[in-house]
Amino acid sequence: MNNTETHDSELGTRNSALATRDFEPVIVAFCCHYCAFAAADLAGSLRLSYPPNVRIIRLPCTGKLDVLYILKAFEFGADGVMVAGCLEGQCHFQKGNIYAKKRVQYAKKLLSEITIEPERLEMYNLSSAMATRFAEIAREMTERIKKIGPTPIKVEPDKLTIELVNK
Amino acid sequence: MICRGRACPAQEGAASRAPTREGDEEMIIAEQKPLKEILEIIGDTKKLLIAGCGACVAICFAGGEKEVGILASEIRLARKKEGIEIEILEATPLRQCEEEWVKPLADKINSVDKVLSIACGVGVQTIVDYFPDKVVLPGLNTTSFGRPLEMGVWAEYCAGCGNCILHYTGGICPVARCSKSLMNGPCGGSEKGRCEVDPQNIECAWQLIYDRLKRLGKLHLMEEIIPIKNWSTSLHGGVRKTIREDLRQDSGQ
Repeated sequence: MNNTETHDSELGTRNSALATRDFEPVIVAFCCHYCAFAAADLAGSLRLSYPPNVRIIRLPCTGKLDVLYILKAFEFGADGVMVAGCLEGQCHFQKGNIYAKKRVQYAKKLLSEITIEPERLEMYNLSSAMATRFAEIAREMTERIKKIGPTPIKVEPDKLTIELVNK
Repeated sequence: MICRGRACPAQEGAASRAPTREGDEEMIIAEQKPLKEILEIIGDTKKLLIAGCGACVAICFAGGEKEVGILASEIRLARKKEGIEIEILEATPLRQCEEEWVKPLADKINSVDKVLSIACGVGVQTIVDYFPDKVVLPGLNTTSFGRPLEMGVWAEYCAGCGNCILHYTGGICPVARCSKSLMNGPCGGSEKGRCEVDPQNIECAWQLIYDRLKRLGKLHLMEEIIPIKNWSTSLHGGVRKTIREDLRQDSGQ
């Protein structure tokens, strides 16, 4: 991200924060066990701070990612979803992250059909050593979602609890 | 379920055989209608059952259990966004074209306003047959009989014309795989083995037939004139019904 973009996104955040009154997005992050999850762990060990908006769900590999996981996250009220897998060519299971990339693209198409902004979903690639990058993408995604605004999917917290318990 | 005048593998192991996704089976191919159209079709339904099918359409990733889940989630999201309440039930019988798999869905079907079937056209109509008072809507466009060439690619291999000539043509069907369904050799649009209709995606069936017959040392079959095809066994002959008296039971009489 270059300086101009940072500046723009900061401005955008300030504007949207004014508009939506301290909107704190919920971002679900599907992280690969071998890279992003380890990077997040390392970020913690290094005392790097990143926004608490990001809720991490560990996957054994982003190849485990299913379009349905993404849709369910939005259904249960997530404002954004990020998928973080290994660098291309460095997947522990060879091609899991490539499959995930295709599924994310497909899910973006589905989201546009539902008329939910496809920008609410993004895939990132990083290695387990890239703790600063993890903190950076967590910030980047949070900024982005704050700019887009809250999810159009209204979920009543009580009802959500009931639904989750029933599952 | 495909079962035309021969022992159908899906039928032999009926109850025990789970649907496979290995991509080695002939099948009915279908694709999902655009979400916008589906939303229009279901209209203001408050309680909907999405019924998939564990056979052909599951293998071509159009109407299996997973696709039922994804479509249900998509519809819920689209409706929630508009602030409309909708309750969606899900069901994926092993085969939606048979009584024994469809009838057990009675409780679910009777509890909803409408059924959205994402099986082939046969599945939709099977539910209509057994639940005549229920509105059953189609969620797929059924396209052809074919097979997966690779993951994510399906090609038409059979046109169900009711009068097979594969023994003349080296096992490659000119009815389904030639754009003009020509019976006696290629037309002038065959170039470098591709069809002029869409050279990128369509191979010339008659080139394939020639290559195959050459390989089998049966090129003389190319010279045999296939008589004008009797299309009365195909759609042109009206509604088709296959009857095997030896298999019929009392109820069929």
